[in-house]
Amino acid sequence: MSTDIERQWTSRIRHSVVDKLPPDKLLPDTQPAYVASWIYVFGVTTMAALAVVIATGCILALDGPQWWHSSTLGHYINSMHLWSVEIFFFAMVVHLWGKFSMAAWRGGRSMTWVTGAVTFLASILAGFTGYVSQTNFDSQWIATQAKDGINSTGGGAFFNVLNLGQMLMWHIVLLPIAAVVLTGLHVVMVRIRGVVPPFEDTKTEVAA
Amino acid sequence: MAQGWGLGALVNLDHYGHYIQWHVIQISVGNLIVMVLMVATFLAALFAPFPGRRNRKGAK
Repeated sequence: MSTDIERQWTSRIRHSVVDKLPPDKLLPDTQPAYVASWIYVFGVTTMAALAVVIATGCILALDGPQWWHSSTLGHYINSMHLWSVEIFFFAMVVHLWGKFSMAAWRGGRSMTWVTGAVTFLASILAGFTGYVSQTNFDSQWIATQAKDGINSTGGGAFFNVLNLGQMLMWHIVLLPIAAVVLTGLHVVMVRIRGVVPPFEDTKTEVAA
Repeated sequence: MAQGWGLGALVNLDHYGHYIQWHVIQISVGNLIVMVLMVATFLAALFAPFPGRRNRKGAK
């Protein structure tokens, strides 16, 4: 009887998840000494900025472009959306450079690196679709410049930067979902594999 | 409009952007400042001492 229950997909998934990521590994009380580095502060700053980006984006969605172009509060929230994006990319690039300098893909952490790098690429696309969704002369200029580049790759037939509706949907639905899911996966990978040790400690980790 | 409200930008941005050109490379001063700040922040993140790191030697 118990065998039947353990063969259920719910049991199998639960056991698999708990085996790979037990609670004390998901939310550890202590970290190795080498985790005390500013590079990780920038990783956390990136996530904090992402939270502000999404929160301000949700507020902008409530009343739409006419509101954020014409009202004082709309300008303020629009500016918060812009500057949180600036901080997001600033912190993310510093984190990325830092992790590159540490060769953070060592010790079976390739997927941690890959999810981080793909998050960066998805974020660039999210930033770009945001610029062309502003509904002002700036967005028109960016879109008309970008269309030539994208058309030269043959991608313009599917990804039409002059199609405001399509760009806005990518910006507020598809790409935020991608960024949040990828960020979540990245953090889970960090929790499963742990933070990469310094080069001199690698032999110790392999031996252990 | 918002400047009269007292919360305008600290730097007057109501003019055409400044650009630096070197052969085929052209970059706005604003972008260049951000890039320099990012490199400086990266170096600081690598070499600046992290608060309380000495006390964490025994962690884990």
